[in-house]
Amino acid sequence: MNAAVDYLVVSHGDAFQAFADSLLVVLVWIERGLRGAPPAVVLLAVALLALLAGRSLRLAAAMAAVAWLVGALGLWDQAMQTIAIILVSVGIAVVTGLPLGVLSARYRPVRAVVVPFLDLMQTIPSFVYLIPAAMLFGLGKVPAILATVVYATPPLVRLTDLGIRQVDGAVAEAARAFGATRGQVLRGVELPLALPSIMQGLNQTTMMALSMVVIASMIGARGVGETVLLGLQRGDPGEGFVGGLAIVLLAIAFDRITQAYGQRLQARRGLSG
Amino acid sequence: MALIELDGVTTIFGRRPRRALDAVRGGAGKAALLAEWGHTLALDEVSLAIEAGQVFVLMGLSGSGKSTLVRHVNRLVEPTAGHVRVDGVDVLALDRAGLGAFRRRMVAMVFQHFGLLPHRPVIENVAYGLAIRGERRAAREAKAAEWIARVGLAGYERHYPAALSGGMQQRVGLARALAVETPILLMDEPFSALDPLTRAELQDLLADLQRDHGRTIVFVTHDLDEATRLGDRIAILRDGVVVQEGTPADILERPADDHVRAFVGAIHRPRRAGRDAARPAGQSPSRPLASPSAG
Repeated sequence: MNAAVDYLVVSHGDAFQAFADSLLVVLVWIERGLRGAPPAVVLLAVALLALLAGRSLRLAAAMAAVAWLVGALGLWDQAMQTIAIILVSVGIAVVTGLPLGVLSARYRPVRAVVVPFLDLMQTIPSFVYLIPAAMLFGLGKVPAILATVVYATPPLVRLTDLGIRQVDGAVAEAARAFGATRGQVLRGVELPLALPSIMQGLNQTTMMALSMVVIASMIGARGVGETVLLGLQRGDPGEGFVGGLAIVLLAIAFDRITQAYGQRLQARRGLSG
Repeated sequence: MALIELDGVTTIFGRRPRRALDAVRGGAGKAALLAEWGHTLALDEVSLAIEAGQVFVLMGLSGSGKSTLVRHVNRLVEPTAGHVRVDGVDVLALDRAGLGAFRRRMVAMVFQHFGLLPHRPVIENVAYGLAIRGERRAAREAKAAEWIARVGLAGYERHYPAALSGGMQQRVGLARALAVETPILLMDEPFSALDPLTRAELQDLLADLQRDHGRTIVFVTHDLDEATRLGDRIAILRDGVVVQEGTPADILERPADDHVRAFVGAIHRPRRAGRDAARPAGQSPSRPLASPSAG
């Protein structure tokens, strides 16, 4: 095992470095945008997003208040860093997890491989893969993102798979009877009908990504996780509590906004049963 | 030449249908196949010729293979052996692209449980087949609106299927199938899930439409009244075998065997008995049961 990691570091180190650099470019770009923007603009963006997701003014106001509260804790900068990491991690999780879920719903042999692998990803302690990840990518944000992706992707894959397999067979058959291609069945029937389940998966993935921020900060990722870690190292329960509160507030914001969107999707077809 | 020709179609469901087929050819019956092989013999050497412009009814009880059979015409189900030819084309020889094109141009289908897209409004459901073909939105929605009006749903274009009654949903299903204007229309128990009054209404609508448009319709039902009312010809299936094929008059007046006779009798006898019509003979609760006091 050690030899294998050494081999990767020595012979493919450059490739990993190049990958890490390109990931970093995206991350830094998002982070700079979030931190550079006036807090008022970010608050407004949060409110707007909540409004679009839930079509409710109350939700929008509440979410803006939650975001403001994070700033009131004095952790605005750290929160923006954390959000940038979460956005990139969840982005990668969607890009990899969604196709994987679709494939495992469609091909039984794929599912036979994917499901145990997901179990492994969820149960293996993060430190086990943080060590080689830090060796390959160096300390900092990139291994933190990868660790977050490994931990957070499984629910999205599982719920995409489940959602697609639960699509009413009669509707998919009707689409095929009218000559729809596989792609047309997927885009026109399976994905839209599985969307509530996929949104549930996205919500879970985001929550799990947030739960990784403290561990991620141990390998050098900045953000609110770092505040908690500092509190731990200095024996300062107050600081740790403030950091923890900020994480909870971020989680509430992400959760309520994605849930509101998912529920609106559900409500429209809830009647059809 | 008939428009739709099924020739020696045998369909077996199970893990190894080809090997099970050898057993069937070696003389194993449906029961033996199920007991020894765990395979289901859904259709056994079915041959039918359906002429253009006919309403051809496939009739039988649950499990007789009628819904499986109708799915061979557009190859939603693959036979284990036999041939399917539509308009001279060997449907089973088509590759995936060819089959897609064949389904888009030649056959439309109406389903027992409607199969509507719950996330799209009525107009987009009716335009679905046209959208699959790549027709432009304006053109397909104009065409869809005409058919929505034709099936009596004008004003419901923007409603979602969940907001409609079963009968209205099946009108949408019918409009969707008619809008693609294919020569062949497959209908798999389209009215079975509806209440009797709605069913009669939709039967009238279909008869009207057929008078105007003269498609070739393969219509699956378990209801002899429906079959005789709509069908030009009727084929009766039992355990995957066609036991009789002919005009409605042939079936009613000259049933080929006891099974068909029972079928015809079950429908006709209770008709005299009025409201008990829906109950199969022998289960009528109006017949006094032997009771201890009477005995």
